[in-house]
Amino acid sequence: MVSYRTPLARARGLGSAKHGAGHWLSERVTSVALVPLSLWAVVAALSLSKTGYDGAVAWLHNPANAVLSVLLLAVGFQHMHAGLRVVVEDYIHTHLNRSVLLLANLFVCVLGASLAIFCILKVAFGPAMIAP
Amino acid sequence: MSNAAPAPRGPADRPISPHLEIWRWHITMATSILHRATGLALYAGALILAGWAVALARGPGAFGQYRALLAGPLGQLVLFGLTVSLFYHLANGVRHLWWDAGQGFEPKTADMTGAAAIAFGVVAAIAIWVVAIFGGAAG
Repeated sequence: MVSYRTPLARARGLGSAKHGAGHWLSERVTSVALVPLSLWAVVAALSLSKTGYDGAVAWLHNPANAVLSVLLLAVGFQHMHAGLRVVVEDYIHTHLNRSVLLLANLFVCVLGASLAIFCILKVAFGPAMIAP
Repeated sequence: MSNAAPAPRGPADRPISPHLEIWRWHITMATSILHRATGLALYAGALILAGWAVALARGPGAFGQYRALLAGPLGQLVLFGLTVSLFYHLANGVRHLWWDAGQGFEPKTADMTGAAAIAFGVVAAIAIWVVAIFGGAAG
């Protein structure tokens, strides 16, 4: 059967989706940011492990701790999403399974980050002590 | 048609990278696999962190329960595993960034930095836990 489409029309759209570089760069940019953020998180976890509820609330009332916590969650969840996305794309070849897992990855990361950041801000802006 | 032609091979038959059954086991391969494995572990770790934030926002009762869970034997084991994962993924991530700058690809260098990343993950995690335990942490 003779095709009436021109060679150019048949070749169009068969290349890459042109998103690869952006995804690759986003992984790198977030990983550079996470080097200091994760080291800070270890120090923070160390000091938080010595306090209870009141200590953790007081800790988040320090603006530096609140801002760095929000940044850690935002950048960390973005990096996680990019990382698991590559793992799914590498190992899951069935179209439906892959689509479902990629969507689940996106939704879990966006939901987890939003929920955690909201909770951090709620505590950071909330009262220092909850009345007994 | 006495000798059956080999069955047509589709994508499902093709070996999947990193070709575990073909390649000789090597440290650079182990570090690559560990990078993904620890990345997956840290994914779970971030969800545990999100759970911590939710418990804190819910109040002293929920926070106390969550803290008790993390302070238990299983919680402590998970947290130690996450500390190793974090330090390893961090060190190997820096190694990846160094590669992205076009450096460190010589086999000897790549082997050495790989061993260093694994050692850093374990040693740094133990060091932090020694500080946590002898610094008076309640867990």
